[in-house]
Amino acid sequence: MLTLTCPCCGTTAEETEFAPGGEAHLKRVGPGSDDAAFEEYMFLRENPKGVHFERWRHAYGCGKWFHAARCTVTMDVFGTYSAQVTEPPQEIRDRISARRPGWSWREFA
Amino acid sequence: MTRYSVFAIAREALRHHEGWERAWRSPAPKARYDVVVVGAGGHGLATAYYLGRNFGITNVAVIEKGWLGGGNTGRNTTIIRSNYLQDPSAAIYEKSRSLYETMSQDLNYNVMFSPRGVMMLAQTEHEVRGYKRTAHANALQGVETQFIGPERVKELCPIIHIEGPRYPVLGALWQPRGGTARHDAVAWGYARACSAMGMDIIQQCEVTAIHRNGEGGAVSGISTTKGEIACGKLAIVVAGHTGQVCGLAGFRMPIEALPLQALVSEPIKPCMDVVVMANTVHGYMSQSDKGEMVIGGGTDGYNAFTQRGSFHHIEETGRALVETFPMISRLKMLRQWGGIVDMTGDRSPILSKTPVPNVFVNCGWGTGGFKAIPGSGWAMAELVAKGEPGPLTAAFGMDRFREGRFIDESVAAGVAH
Repeated sequence: MLTLTCPCCGTTAEETEFAPGGEAHLKRVGPGSDDAAFEEYMFLRENPKGVHFERWRHAYGCGKWFHAARCTVTMDVFGTYSAQVTEPPQEIRDRISARRPGWSWREFA
Repeated sequence: MTRYSVFAIAREALRHHEGWERAWRSPAPKARYDVVVVGAGGHGLATAYYLGRNFGITNVAVIEKGWLGGGNTGRNTTIIRSNYLQDPSAAIYEKSRSLYETMSQDLNYNVMFSPRGVMMLAQTEHEVRGYKRTAHANALQGVETQFIGPERVKELCPIIHIEGPRYPVLGALWQPRGGTARHDAVAWGYARACSAMGMDIIQQCEVTAIHRNGEGGAVSGISTTKGEIACGKLAIVVAGHTGQVCGLAGFRMPIEALPLQALVSEPIKPCMDVVVMANTVHGYMSQSDKGEMVIGGGTDGYNAFTQRGSFHHIEETGRALVETFPMISRLKMLRQWGGIVDMTGDRSPILSKTPVPNVFVNCGWGTGGFKAIPGSGWAMAELVAKGEPGPLTAAFGMDRFREGRFIDESVAAGVAH
């Protein structure tokens, strides 16, 4: 079973305490964007086989949103971090690089 | 290919069953095919079969990374129905269901199609209204369904507890011609028929690159773990790995891969002869010919390729079904497994041309692909052969996400597909 640590309240718990919130770091497009950009934002997803970044909510705990870096094949959790960032922090990226050399995800590596 | 028949069985009985040949050949890949289908699951094999049968295109290879029918085709709960609300869905699923009726004869392979009837329970007032609406829509679409009351539900499936404390059964959408089939046999039957037409089925062969040296960047061939293969057209039919394979061709897909689990109980004596789906509490169940209760539920909430799934989803499914069928509360579960389903934004499939000329994609069947195998293959073969969508595929193009013309079954039909 997937175990996550909430970076907001520090609680470590298994996945039933959390609610998955889909892919992280999506760039929202505003009014006036073209159809292709809106399709990208609404429907196109990385869906990687490997390193993935996603949003979670500590639904049955402190209720806060946060980010997690996880492997979709092995279910390894590389780390969790604040929701108040637009890209994964260097510390998380280094931790992934140590275990998955050569990884990339969107423009991040 | 030796035809299977009662005479063949009698002949082989007299010679110790030593004369049976392999159901399909396993040749090395040729240098070039007119069409290469990636993915030897039900949909890929059916695509190849109807390319040959309906369009006479038999210089076809079906290549498969693992083994034939080893993905979702061999991992589902084998439910066949076509009681969808939206017209494009009803058309392709009903085509599929009708093809299942004659599949054993068409393929000369017993797929054990059992039109035992599918019942979708209505356990809230909203579901009652929704299913009545679906029944009316189905009447207009030519799909035989009816809304039945709780007494009839109890009559058709006596083991249902219709007066449950939380969600009493208020009625059901009943499709008497729906049912189940033997999932492996569907893949094997199509493979055997494809092989008999001269098509090559190449297992343990992974695509590693897609080459676009044709006119206007059209596909010209693929690299695989068994060498280079040139092709005129390429059909990508790989369910959960659609994003990965399409990525090799250089375009993105509106697909997310999620694990969906199923499980079977120890075998018990016959106790239900219909398929029951309970979408509010989220579980569905039927009894196999071996006597096992075949059980399915919902997908996991996050992307994964584990083919295993989260334990708490089984727990939720078990809880829902014990509430609906109290007599199964002490059944032991024998086996559990997961498949990687390919979910689109509107929970409807994609049968489409792609940004790369002569590359076609068939995916997005999500949690309900098994029932669609023959219809999907039929429609996909037309798309690949003609290069343009036919009447069954027109609405399922991948550009619908950009254009906002969704086939919104996720809202229309509830959660289960």
